[in-house]
Amino acid sequence: MPPDSILSWLPDLTDWQDYAKSAIAIMDDAERWRELVRLAGTRVDLVRTSRLDLMLRKAFPISPGETLAPTVKVAMLGTSTLAHLHAGIRVGLLRRGFFASTYEPDYGQVFQEISNPVSGFYKFAPDVAILSEDVRHATREVHGLTNQDDVQMLVAESIKRMEVVWNSIRDRAGCMVVQQTVMPVMPTLLGSNEHRLASSPSGFVRRLNDAIRGAADRAGVDVLAVDELAQRDGVNTWHDPSLWCSAKQEISPRVAPVYGDAVARIVAARKGRSSKCLVLDLDNTLWGGIIGDDGLDGIILGQGSARGEGFLQLQEYALAQARRGIILAVVSKNDESNALLPFESHPDMLLRKKDISCFIANWDDKATNIRRVAQKLNIGLDSIVFVDDNPFERELVRRELPMVSVPEVSNNPAEIPSLLAAAGYFEGVVVTAEDLTRTESYQANMERAAQHQTATDLGSYLYSLEMELCWGEFDTLNLARITQLINKTNQFNLTTRRYSEEEVRQVITSSVDIGLYFRLLDKFGDSGIIGILIGRGRGETLSIDTWLMSCRVLGREVESAMLKVLCEAASSAGYVRIEGLYIPTAKNSMVNNLYDRLGFVVIAEQPGGERSYRLDVGAFQPSGLPLNIRKAVHEPV
Amino acid sequence: MNRSEIYSRVRNIFADLFLVDDITLDDSTAADQVEGWDSLTHINLIIAVESAFGFKFDLGELEKFKAVGDLVDAIERHLQ
Repeated sequence: MPPDSILSWLPDLTDWQDYAKSAIAIMDDAERWRELVRLAGTRVDLVRTSRLDLMLRKAFPISPGETLAPTVKVAMLGTSTLAHLHAGIRVGLLRRGFFASTYEPDYGQVFQEISNPVSGFYKFAPDVAILSEDVRHATREVHGLTNQDDVQMLVAESIKRMEVVWNSIRDRAGCMVVQQTVMPVMPTLLGSNEHRLASSPSGFVRRLNDAIRGAADRAGVDVLAVDELAQRDGVNTWHDPSLWCSAKQEISPRVAPVYGDAVARIVAARKGRSSKCLVLDLDNTLWGGIIGDDGLDGIILGQGSARGEGFLQLQEYALAQARRGIILAVVSKNDESNALLPFESHPDMLLRKKDISCFIANWDDKATNIRRVAQKLNIGLDSIVFVDDNPFERELVRRELPMVSVPEVSNNPAEIPSLLAAAGYFEGVVVTAEDLTRTESYQANMERAAQHQTATDLGSYLYSLEMELCWGEFDTLNLARITQLINKTNQFNLTTRRYSEEEVRQVITSSVDIGLYFRLLDKFGDSGIIGILIGRGRGETLSIDTWLMSCRVLGREVESAMLKVLCEAASSAGYVRIEGLYIPTAKNSMVNNLYDRLGFVVIAEQPGGERSYRLDVGAFQPSGLPLNIRKAVHEPV
Repeated sequence: MNRSEIYSRVRNIFADLFLVDDITLDDSTAADQVEGWDSLTHINLIIAVESAFGFKFDLGELEKFKAVGDLVDAIERHLQ
């Protein structure tokens, strides 16, 4: 029996029922768990989901044990019937290697349970609470409204009520809270210009859902966007009005597997288990044709042909994913020089070599090469998604590496982006600045690590990085960055003194103070300004008022090089000794012994741990620093 | 599709939905004879039948199903 078209990215297993039957007979717990996870990774509709869930609970009535699978406890708190969605959630989490138990209060008892600290809900001790309000409940006060201000007020009241619930759940249960958006299933009254009618339930739902998103962001609550999922699949697929009438089911059991997968991917994302890397095949995946046979002029790519534009759509999607932090890799059966050709020379290629963090083109099998990608990027195989137009390769990888996600893509490239989005492999719950520059840093880290492999010891590894420490005296050009570093560096910071931009500017004009900034470059790129030194002069002594360094460049002997520069600058300014000061804070214990390590002598120690040190300017003569030191030269403006 | 073919498909649905691979179904099989067949799973059964046979039951029809025979009768009617 063919399953529904839902979860269409998962491969359909022929003889599914036979595999399921034999899974029951497996005696070994670990093996049986793996087989259940595998079956959950195939295309399952409502019926198969139900079977898998029954098998799961029969095989592991309590749990398979933390060594086999982490447990997640999910509580469902809503105003409509939700019992039919539990199996989908349990199977969705099974698909991701979690064992889930679920809980739901008796119908209509949600608010009593939340407000009673000894209720079944709190006894269940959930890891995740999913809150939902059905659309009729959410819009019950809309009908009498006559103007938009009242609508706005009602939205605000509804949000306030939700926030109260979020807060009390978090205070008492301390769990992750997920707020489901309201299902956009109320029929319109005006039509396309529904937004003009204050008393429109469907218009209200849209505004409420917008407000839920904003409030959830402020509260650190995650959103389960059933409104968007339903709109993607068709609201009529997600909601059956007759099931609402007969069973108060707002979400149809038909989509329970999709709903459960959506829940599971948010939970997995919060647990850091979303996929991190998209591995792409080349021929007939990123362009049409075979580059080795058809050549640069012969492959199909770019404007002018529908198929050529389809490949561009996939490239564009991959590029957009890379920009938000997903790592791109290539695994292709090709001679490397051929494989690289379009990346280097095809005018229509959107993806370029620099976008690909790991590029493997050879004639080894793809499973072997995907293992290499995982190794080189230092990521788990379970965080890899592999896209290949060739069903043979997909099957091979699924068989050899069951932990790799291999979506069942069509051979129409234009359809792949929405399929990857629907599959939710790359579900994210936070966006950080680090995500946005990840490709660059992964590429650089990987190359640094590759250097590490070939180098025999740390010393020669550092030499092979071809580091260059470029220093300069404080100037107005770098004032903003210098001030920023002074005010945010906590760990490698000897005194943790904070200065305003104006105070930093005074160092520039002072005749006795020395302010130095340091920039680190290596063969992989420019790390920017990573170190600051401020010395205050008095008589023949220069006291180090501020010394800080970015932790990104730890372990590269940058601190020794910085001191060397300071000693030389101090010496040529006429100072004969340098004094250092360590003021301990909660965060700077890593530099507790820095001055001792560099050969300073303790001259005073306070009861609080504050220590003063002294060093003669000529005494510090480090040998064999693995970096070149040079003074910054400014282009004349 | 004749009645025994319908039965074979329905049996397959029962096998998965209630985890009863060896079940024997006949016209008189009712909810109390199948473990797990309750009001909740009844809806799942109806939806599974609808998508397996490609039609939709009428709202009033659902309440009349007391035994498997009623269900198969209704499937036959819809397939005609």
